[in-house]
Amino acid sequence: MIEVKGLSKRFGEAQVLTDISAVFRKGRVNQVIGKSGSGKSVLAKCIVGLHVPEEGEVLYDGRSFHKLGKDEKRAVRQEIGMLFQGGALFDSLNVMENVMFPLRMFGTTDVKGMRDRAEHCLHRVSITPDKHRLYPGEISGGMQKRVGIARAIAMQPKYLLCDEPNSGLDPQTSIVIDQLIAEITEEYSITTIVITHDMNSVMESGDSILFIHKGRKWWEGGREQLLHSDNMELNEFVFAGSLMRQVKGAMGG
Amino acid sequence: MRILFHIGHYALFLRETFARPERIRIYWRRTLDEIDLLGVKSLGIVSVLSGFMGAVIALQTKSNINNPFIPDNLVGFATRQSSILEFSPTIIALILAGKVAGTIAAEIGTMRVKEQIDALDIMGVNSAGYLVLPKVVAALVIFPFLIIISMFLSVFGGYLIVAATGIISTAAYEEGIRLDFDPFTVTYALIKTEVFAFIITTVGGYHGYITRGGTREVGISSTTGVVWSIVAIIISNFVITKLML
Repeated sequence: MIEVKGLSKRFGEAQVLTDISAVFRKGRVNQVIGKSGSGKSVLAKCIVGLHVPEEGEVLYDGRSFHKLGKDEKRAVRQEIGMLFQGGALFDSLNVMENVMFPLRMFGTTDVKGMRDRAEHCLHRVSITPDKHRLYPGEISGGMQKRVGIARAIAMQPKYLLCDEPNSGLDPQTSIVIDQLIAEITEEYSITTIVITHDMNSVMESGDSILFIHKGRKWWEGGREQLLHSDNMELNEFVFAGSLMRQVKGAMGG
Repeated sequence: MRILFHIGHYALFLRETFARPERIRIYWRRTLDEIDLLGVKSLGIVSVLSGFMGAVIALQTKSNINNPFIPDNLVGFATRQSSILEFSPTIIALILAGKVAGTIAAEIGTMRVKEQIDALDIMGVNSAGYLVLPKVVAALVIFPFLIIISMFLSVFGGYLIVAATGIISTAAYEEGIRLDFDPFTVTYALIKTEVFAFIITTVGGYHGYITRGGTREVGISSTTGVVWSIVAIIISNFVITKLML
């Protein structure tokens, strides 16, 4: 479980996050939604420790991340897997080497054990062995995301953060990625946080949803509640697309 | 004030870079790759430039000798001394600053904007150490070899131009390059080389590491890395020369 308590973050004069508190539960896909520029990605970066918040704390199963020492922080980070918006695969390493990278840095098994684990992770995300030797520049965006997921789960993380996992992907591939994240979350009982503004993704896999607006927590709830909420800003965001408006119309809203 | 900010940040960056590596074996493998990339792949340009540099020194020295009492062997002597003391270590370092510091800043800057450095940090890898330390070690190992090769080729370039144009006899040139040789000049040149190798890799690495934004900023980081490497080389050249000679 990841708990965020009273988190505030500013960059110079700009207050980006104000007093955000939330609980992200284990074994569920916890989604953080909001418009572009609402502060979702900054929240994700504060959670993983890439940004230091001015106020508040982030607790990983009770461990306050920003109060930990350097070595303890490093130990917690090894329990976190992260899928980046652009994949963030290392250009100089091929698919197999990318997935093996965290194992080589921190793994305790021999090379064969690492290779077996990497092959298992790649198989889990449906990357066939003929793609293992290809470099990131030689594979599609969807495949890069899947390799990113394989790398994120290679160290058997307790926590998985996905920053805009569907950006730049076609709707069909997006659904595959969403389903994969949901399956992995359940299978490995991980605490997963997905940062997104894609409503298809929210309807596909969002177990619990946190809506961020103007850097503040604006709304929190489940998928069903999302469709029936009377929160004006949330409705403007959720029903901005014609498809979602039709869904609402069909529900008699 | 901005320069003080960067000096402070550079010092913190160095502390991170030289922190204890997570896996020595992986760093070692990366160092070998960097020796090839930064050193061996610079050998061609260093060789060509050194040969021409020596030829120019020989020609200019001869063209400035009008007094018949100055012996011809001064051409060989001046070529050797200039090459060892200044041209090979400093001019080649400036050329390597353009090539190596620019490459390092662009490579690390691109990794930064593509979130690859964030990925390393989240995994718990010391990203500054992982990316920069192997480059520093590789440059410290390979640059002295490059400079020694440059010294030989520069003196040899002078010999070839003397032989080709006949401005003086080759025997006088050979006599000049053997005249009054002090091995300390080579020691001085190699100490300078080590300092320059450190500057080129860490200043280039620093400017890449602090890149924020997109491709335009990567270009700016690359240029800034080269410019500040050159400035630091020129200043440290003066300091080392004042202290050692």
